[in-house]
This record gives sequence, structure tokens and C-alpha cells, in this order.
Amino acid sequence: MSRPAFPLTEEVDFLVIGAGASGGVMAKELATSGFRVVVLEQGPYLTDSDYAHDELKYTMQPGLTNDPKQQPITFRKSEHEPAKLRKAIQYGRQVGGGSVHFTGNYWRFHEDDFRERSLFGAVAGADLADWPIRYQDLEPFYTKAEYELGISGLGGANPFEGPRSKPYPLPPLPVKSSGVLFERATRKMGLHPFPAPMAILSQPYQDRSACMHCGFCEFFGCEMRAKSSTLVSVIPVAEATGRCEIRPNSYVRSIEVNGQGRVTGAIYFDAQRRELFQRARAVVVCANGVESAKLLLLSKSTLFPNGLANSSGLVGTHLMWDLGLLAEGLFEHPANEYKSVQVTRVIHDFYASDARRGFYGGGGIDARFNFYPAGFALAGLPPDAPKWGLEFKKTFGHYFTRTISLLSHTTSLAVPSNTVTLDPEVRDAWGLPAVRITYSPHPDDMATHRWVMDRQREILEQMGAKKIWGDPVDTVDTSNHLMGTCRMGKDPAKSVVDPWGRAHDVPNLFIVDGSNFVTSARQQPTATIQALAYRAADHITRLARSAEL
Amino acid sequence: MVALPWVLAAQQHAGAAVKAVADGRAVTFEYLAPDAARTLAALAAEIIPSDDGPGATEAGAVYFIDRALATFDQEKREPYQQGLCQIDALRSKLFAASPSVEALSREQRRELIRALESSEFFDLLRTHVVLGFLANPEYGGNREQAGWTYIGFDDQMSFEPPFGYYDAHKDEVQN
Repeated sequence: MSRPAFPLTEEVDFLVIGAGASGGVMAKELATSGFRVVVLEQGPYLTDSDYAHDELKYTMQPGLTNDPKQQPITFRKSEHEPAKLRKAIQYGRQVGGGSVHFTGNYWRFHEDDFRERSLFGAVAGADLADWPIRYQDLEPFYTKAEYELGISGLGGANPFEGPRSKPYPLPPLPVKSSGVLFERATRKMGLHPFPAPMAILSQPYQDRSACMHCGFCEFFGCEMRAKSSTLVSVIPVAEATGRCEIRPNSYVRSIEVNGQGRVTGAIYFDAQRRELFQRARAVVVCANGVESAKLLLLSKSTLFPNGLANSSGLVGTHLMWDLGLLAEGLFEHPANEYKSVQVTRVIHDFYASDARRGFYGGGGIDARFNFYPAGFALAGLPPDAPKWGLEFKKTFGHYFTRTISLLSHTTSLAVPSNTVTLDPEVRDAWGLPAVRITYSPHPDDMATHRWVMDRQREILEQMGAKKIWGDPVDTVDTSNHLMGTCRMGKDPAKSVVDPWGRAHDVPNLFIVDGSNFVTSARQQPTATIQALAYRAADHITRLARSAEL
Repeated sequence: MVALPWVLAAQQHAGAAVKAVADGRAVTFEYLAPDAARTLAALAAEIIPSDDGPGATEAGAVYFIDRALATFDQEKREPYQQGLCQIDALRSKLFAASPSVEALSREQRRELIRALESSEFFDLLRTHVVLGFLANPEYGGNREQAGWTYIGFDDQMSFEPPFGYYDAHKDEVQN
């Protein structure tokens, strides 16, 4: 197969910015619908032979994620304090994006996630809103995503999930020790454990082989091509049409507009840092919940002095964070949790908000192991463990195979003052303003952390843990889930894009990724990002065919 | 296809050192001065000791530190230079008659670490020693997978279930 290469002088039908979880889907849908597509991806085009089981490189160095030495990020808790350099957010930076290195959790949002404002009411200090779409609108596209990407799971096993039109295409992965103990304990407690839905193949699917259980999923690329990234699933389909060019090492600095307020293409830096202009009839921004907002803010013009598609002033606001805490337990026998996929069992019993708790929020809990060898010895031991010496060595030696973690995935409220803005001083290696993150969790998010942590500890006790420890409840770490900075809605004064991702202000511009999220649900955004991308692509295709773009 | 240059450099550097050790040749440090290497090795041997089997010494943790400072962690050179001065000052204060950290008894080295353990430099040294015990052998430490063997980590590309004790003894759970 020869990959197409469009000359810069040619106006293609669509320019897609970002080749990740969303951009990969978008490229495939548009190209297979007959359109000519160029995808600009800031990161490299890696394949399975480029990966390695190297904990240092992939978990302690940038590996497959953004490199703060090249693209610094500044962080502050509020606009009243100076922003300091910190890798506050992390995203996949290569063709396939975060779908290459993610853990593979693939939860659908619940029906109630789309109407929490109506169900729960207003939350002081936050902007809790209903989505402009319902679960039923997205269901066909969740199903399509599960089948096109290859998701393993057991349909109907999660009693809290909305109705599904089809079972998962693949059965669940084999249960691990953490899953066995978790399932037994939670059932005894009257809860409803279910096999984790994972974007990892439990059996051969399409032309890819099944998971070999090596255990290097989270932060790593899969050498077996068993992890269902867009890189190994839909992007090859897009390229096989002969109408889609994936252009790696292409870092967009501006989306251009004409006098009629329509976008005409984008200026980007190529691998040699030359500035090039790619023309297109329409642009779809799929750069992630931080980078998409950054690019719109960078794309200032006479018509759009506050940034492209930003007449509402909302671009970059309502940033939602990757919240959740780790609780850990020591068990009598070796569980060898470092083998196979991270997660095999989940509960959603504490997912829904319940006003009787006195705060908004809830969470899912999964049973897993969250460490590789060195990271475990450095950061996985109980706080009272010795830090050096023979007892330190004996502790990590004994605990490594006998520790099981429970990770919560909890709500992050949309707060208008939590933002992505352009740093006025710090610049990246290309001379562009650095991303400045302003973020403080809502008090209800911390109350949820605390409340769900108590449930995690109860479950670990029921599982028979000999010792239990965990993150401090006020932990707010690096965010790997980037949501909410270009919210969708029907009212142009209160949202950036319409319910299909079309910018309210610009008819031939779409923003389709985690930035569209109105609420954070209970984390695990990838399934919903991809379902939204399929739904948006369906709509965009119809608009383009009826000459409404 | 695309590999980060520092990873390649570290791997080449480590590969040459491991081969030299296997051949029985003396290994030259690329960055560390010999006396600095001896000091760090003596402290590493107390952070992860060898009383119950191979520790930082057998794993070659100090070679990892040298690789790190020579390749991907060059920005840590300055903290190391300052840390070594801090260690020397502490040693002179605690054990005035001693010529070097290497010459101290094990108990004296532990006393030195207790005086050092709340410092920023100790965090860095501890991190590097742990990495020198448990990171991939390509970086110069974890020789013959000494660290992985100790903790029970099996470096394989594939496993079959059951993976651990509890899934081997499952009863009512699904699949």
C-alpha cells in the first residue's frame, strides 16, 4: 500500500488536526466516505517495532507523551498566584495519540451522565449543566466504536449501564487475582462487580492478534497490536482508501480564516520547523481537551480577536481534571498483578450522585495493580515503610507480588475559572506561547475523593488485605484526561460548539474531542470521545454531501 | 524507526560497560570520578544492602548512576557535585579521622545516611539506586536481572493464566 501525499497547493476536503483517539476515527470516517483528508499530527509516526518494555523511558521520561522540555506547561491554582513550570497535564503525542499508551479502560457513560443538572440541581461554585444530547443519541456510535476498534467485555454485566444495541464484539479478558478477590468481596457486600470493558483484544480480531498478557499496557505501546489504538485499528483503514494522508511531525500554530469568517486551512511547522500552509475546505480539530483550546486561542484574527470560535469567551474554560485515588492492600499470597492487563473487574455501585451524601459526585472503582518494578519501590509502598536499608529492600521484595490496588475514578466538576490560557511569558521550542493551566478542584470533588476512598478501604478489608494504605485524599496529580474546554451546547452564548461539534461561530470548523465534554462523568473518557467522533463524522459527512459546509 | 537519541546513547554506553565486565576488564566510568564512584557505591550498598542476596552492589547500581549522568540525566550533575560535597562535609564532621566514605564501617555509613536522609540529594540518590536495582539492565544496573529476580518480577513477553495464587484458586467468578 502506498500512502497518499497531497501537495500543499491542493485544497483537500478536510484537514484533521490531531491523529489520536478522536482524530483517527474522524480520518477513517471521512476518508471511507470518499473525501480527501490530510491529518496533521504533532508527534511522530511510531509502530509496534518502536516500543519496548522500558519502565524508565515510558513512565519516568516523556516516552509516548508530551515532553515539557520541548513544550513547557505552567500551572497555578488560581489566577491570583504566579504560574510555575509543571507537567500538570499529559497526553499521547504520536500518531494514535493517547489511545496508544492508555490503560484501555473503555466505559460507556451512563444515561444519567447526560442529564445530571436536571437530576441533581445546581452546584454552587460550579457550572453543572445537562448535555445537549442523550445517551440514546450516542448509543449507536458507542456500539460502532466498540466494533471498529475491538473492545473486550461482557454486555449486560454492568446493571447500571444504559441499554446497549449489541453485546461487545469480544469476550472479557481472563480474570486476575485482583479481580477474583474483588468480585468475591463486592458480591458479599451486595455490590455488582462486572468484567472490565477493555480496548484490548481477548481473542484475535480483524487482522490483529490477542493479548499475550505481558502486563505493559498503561504508559506503553503494545508490541502485539492487541491494544485497540486508532493507530492499529481505524488509521490503517483510512490510509487504505488512498484518500487520507497522515502527516506526522506537523505542529499546527494557527488555523487561518478568510474575510467571510470561514476557515481556509492551517499553518504548521514541519519536522524541519519550516512553516507550511495546508489548504482545506473544512477543518476538524481533534487535538485534545487542552491542545484544541490552545490552538483556537492562538488563532487570533481581525474577525476573531479573542481567538477562533470564541465569541462566547468560553474557549479554554471549564477544564475538568483526571480525579481519583489509589488504595492498596497487601495480601498473603503472590497475586503477580504485574502480569496481564491492568484491570479485570470494576464496580459502578457508587457512580451515581446521591444528594443525601451532602455533596455532588460519585465514582467507579476498579481492581488493578498500578505499578512497574522501580516505580513500586519508589512510590507504591505504605507511608510507614522504611525508605532505605535492609528493611526497605525486604519490604519492596515481599510486597511487589502481593500488592493489589483499587483505583477510584471520580467526578471533576466543571468550574468556569479552571482554564487553559496562553502563558504571557513562557514559550515552547517553536516560539509559541506555552499552555498555562489554572486549576483547583471543587470542594465537592474532594468530598467525593474522601467518600469513595472509604468505600475502597472497606472493600480491601473484605478482600482480606493484611495491610491497607492509599493516596492522601487531597491528592490532585497530573491530569491524563483532558475535558471540557470547548463545551457543546445549543446556546452559542453558553457553549463553543453545537451538539455535533460544529463551532457556533464558524460554519466549516469543527472541534471534536474531550474538549466537548459538558461533564466529566466518572473519568474514562475514551469511549465517549470516540463515540462523539463517530457521531460528528456522520453529521459532517451528511453536511458535506448536501453542500451545507 | 524513530528512537530518542538519549536512549540509544544510554544503551550503547551500558552495553559496552556490561561487555567489559563480562570480559574481566576494568570498567571506566564515563562521568563519575573514581573516588566519587566509590563513595556512591558505598552508600548504595546501604540503601539496598546485600545481606539477604544480591543488592545494589551486585546489581551495579553505581554504573546506572554513571550512565544516567553521562546520558539522559545530565541536568542532575550539579546536584550530584553538591551532594558529594555535602556527604564529605558530613563525614568529616561525624568521623573526623576517616579518610573516605568507603573506609567507614557499615554502621558508620548508616549513621552518615541518617544524617543525610532528609535532604533533597538523598531523594535523588535513593531514586537512582532503586532504578539501578530495578530498571532495565540496558541502563547499566540490575545486572543479570538481580533486582527483578529479588522481587519476583519475571521479564517475559507473554504469560498464560493463572497469573497468581488467587486466580489459580478462583471459584464462583466468571471466566
